[in-house]
Amino acid sequence: MGLRRNVGLFTGLRYQGKGPMLTYILHRIGGLGIIIFVATHILASFAGGTVGVFLNTVYEHWLFQIFIFFCALFHAINGLRIVILDLWPKLIEHQREAIWVEWAVFLPVYAIAVMVIVRTALGG
Amino acid sequence: MTAKTRTVSLAKRGFDFETFMWIFTRLSALAMYLCALIGLVGALILGARTEMNMAELIRWTFMPSPTHVLNTNVPDLAPWSTLFWKMTGSVFIFFATAHGLHGLLSVIEDYLARPRMRLTLRIIVLVLTALMIGIGIYVLWTA
Repeated sequence: MGLRRNVGLFTGLRYQGKGPMLTYILHRIGGLGIIIFVATHILASFAGGTVGVFLNTVYEHWLFQIFIFFCALFHAINGLRIVILDLWPKLIEHQREAIWVEWAVFLPVYAIAVMVIVRTALGG
Repeated sequence: MTAKTRTVSLAKRGFDFETFMWIFTRLSALAMYLCALIGLVGALILGARTEMNMAELIRWTFMPSPTHVLNTNVPDLAPWSTLFWKMTGSVFIFFATAHGLHGLLSVIEDYLARPRMRLTLRIIVLVLTALMIGIGIYVLWTA
């Protein structure tokens, strides 16, 4: 089980994998964002009190909503691509096209959501 | 195409923890899509189209908990806190926690090569997963 790795974190970050690498990085950021949000959300409603109320005001802030909706939506759409390509390995030939489709779905949906969030925040 | 096969049989490769969690991560993702779809369709059947706004519907879709309809225009909370929704929410919590904490584990393990620490970390994550599933289901059922 011992793995030998000769690449450090910062060398790894300089790897230029282009499109697929970007989805990989964003998938990780999105996943970690969801974990932090869901864990604190469950613990806040478990603990209650002033901590719970404070965390609720954080969740309801429009900046946080823009961030967490990015995490959730990108993780969900990119995850669906990974599931489809992994369960039907022959489709891996079309990975780059799949990533283009993924952005074509993600960008409009996310743009509409951001517009709604910002308009609600501005009181409209 | 050459006739040479590029796959290894499961018996030859071995079905270890990583292989199990690899397939579990994919299948739990599909299960969560199903839970979210059930929540979305169920909410629309219960009248979300006129009684909820988009944000409230999305919030319910991600977790069918009756506390998520408290501040909406829904007149009666009873159809939203049935056994069916509690069970759907519990399944969602189980898959989300196991999927998420294993994801956290695999991110950390990418930067952690020492076998002893990896084993310790796996035990910690396993305990944490059980704990978070317990807390999450408790919060859902007592809400």
